[in-house]
Amino acid sequence: MKQLLDLKSDFPILSQKVNGKQLIYLDNSATSQKPQKVIDSITEYYSKYNSNVHRAIHKLGEQATLKYEEAHEKVANFINASKEEIIFTRNTTESINLLSHSLQISKKHNIIVTEMEHHSNLVPWQQICKETGAELRFIPIDKDGKLNLKKIPINNNTRVVSVAHVSNVLGTINPIKELSKMVHQYNALFVVDGAQSVPHMKVDVKDLNMDFLAFSGHKMLGPTGIGVLYGKKELLKKLHPFLTGGGMISDVKKDVSEWADIPNKFEAGTPNIEGAIALGAAVDYLENIDMDEINKNVKDLVSYLMKRLLELDNISIYGPENGDRTALVSFNLLDIHPHDVAEILDKEGVAIRAGHMCAKPLMDILGVNAVCRASPYFYNTKEDIDHLIKSLKKVQEVFAK
Amino acid sequence: MIDMYQEELLEHYKSPRNSGKIENPSVEFHDTNPLCGDEVTVTAKIKNNIVKNLKFESRGCAISVASASKLSEQIKGKTVNEVLKLDNQFVLDLVGVPISAMRLKCALLSLKAIQKAIIQYKEK
Repeated sequence: MKQLLDLKSDFPILSQKVNGKQLIYLDNSATSQKPQKVIDSITEYYSKYNSNVHRAIHKLGEQATLKYEEAHEKVANFINASKEEIIFTRNTTESINLLSHSLQISKKHNIIVTEMEHHSNLVPWQQICKETGAELRFIPIDKDGKLNLKKIPINNNTRVVSVAHVSNVLGTINPIKELSKMVHQYNALFVVDGAQSVPHMKVDVKDLNMDFLAFSGHKMLGPTGIGVLYGKKELLKKLHPFLTGGGMISDVKKDVSEWADIPNKFEAGTPNIEGAIALGAAVDYLENIDMDEINKNVKDLVSYLMKRLLELDNISIYGPENGDRTALVSFNLLDIHPHDVAEILDKEGVAIRAGHMCAKPLMDILGVNAVCRASPYFYNTKEDIDHLIKSLKKVQEVFAK
Repeated sequence: MIDMYQEELLEHYKSPRNSGKIENPSVEFHDTNPLCGDEVTVTAKIKNNIVKNLKFESRGCAISVASASKLSEQIKGKTVNEVLKLDNQFVLDLVGVPISAMRLKCALLSLKAIQKAIIQYKEK
């Protein structure tokens, strides 16, 4: 853990002051900061080899294409997939929309999500069910903020089970291997929302036997606007395209078109070239540290954060006990709205998130309108958390007046 | 140091004026701030186009609850047209503390709610 402490200096944004105080950035579940190497990869692309990918017969085009292809390969290796199984999208939300539209859901199907989903893994399925007449079902959560595995409403008509790997509100790490086994017993497709897990831990799509995995580049040191959908080769080949047009065809006649091979079939139009290349640079950076090291570091910080939060009076903490969680801790201070907490913390230089976390059904279950969420990444330190706790005490003092 | 959370504002947050619901109101309107999940329900008694009584039932942050509280004191006795003419600046002056851009919606939620309620009333 000690060797990781020096990494803050790799992130230029973290050295600044906000409101006259040293910035303590604890909103990494929303988006992570970017190391200089990732920023450099973007300026390098635009200052040295900006060009459209694929059909260019010139030096710059060749270089851009090679780098873009290499990004697919880096991301593939990162999750133990093969290159053609990596589709670049804008973000997790778009990845799931792609799936919901391409899977040919019909009236006889049911789709299962959980009560702890981010809107990105709920609303697309809700919509496709409305359009097709399919039924949307939920795996309930128990009091500890874990999935109740005894109440999975799966049957032979289940087409898709789509589950967050790590909850963006509760921090719960869901039992993906166990779920995968059960889902496949019913011949359903297993989709994982990895937005909050892929940045923090080694996610091996083969070991966990996921059919599809969606995640966002910007939560794992990459830029915004680049996301990933992984899909098993044989499944992607059968899937219908989502967006159609340039770049995704093999042949076009006046009245009919044929689709390109995967992944191009799903990457219509000029892609986010610099985003993909920068995501490749982000993956390099993460692998250079080692994902197991990052996982351990973040879990240590989260467990320290839990321990320190529990020292405060009048606090509610949501989600499971230490050990079954990572990435973040959501909480509320009694009689103080999360927006007020976040506002006062901001004056102290501390950035956290406050609101419904794009998980309104879960807020209803928790019986709150909003929560505060502190989410460290590997570059945070225990001192950052100490500073957060000190500032939270100040919030309570202001409201005790 | 923490300009926004002055004692007077916090006092309105802790003991909001005209809080709750009126029985048999002339109009009732529920509004939310989708960004943060703040909620407000306004109920009002309107007679001869004058807002005789109103109450806000707020579930929200200090800024949104305190602004509803302060606004409620101002609106009683005003005509419906006077209320519709109130602008954002009126509420910001009333709240009287610097409001950051991200919090404007919180401060203005109650004004929007009572104005929508009145529009609904007029359409009846």
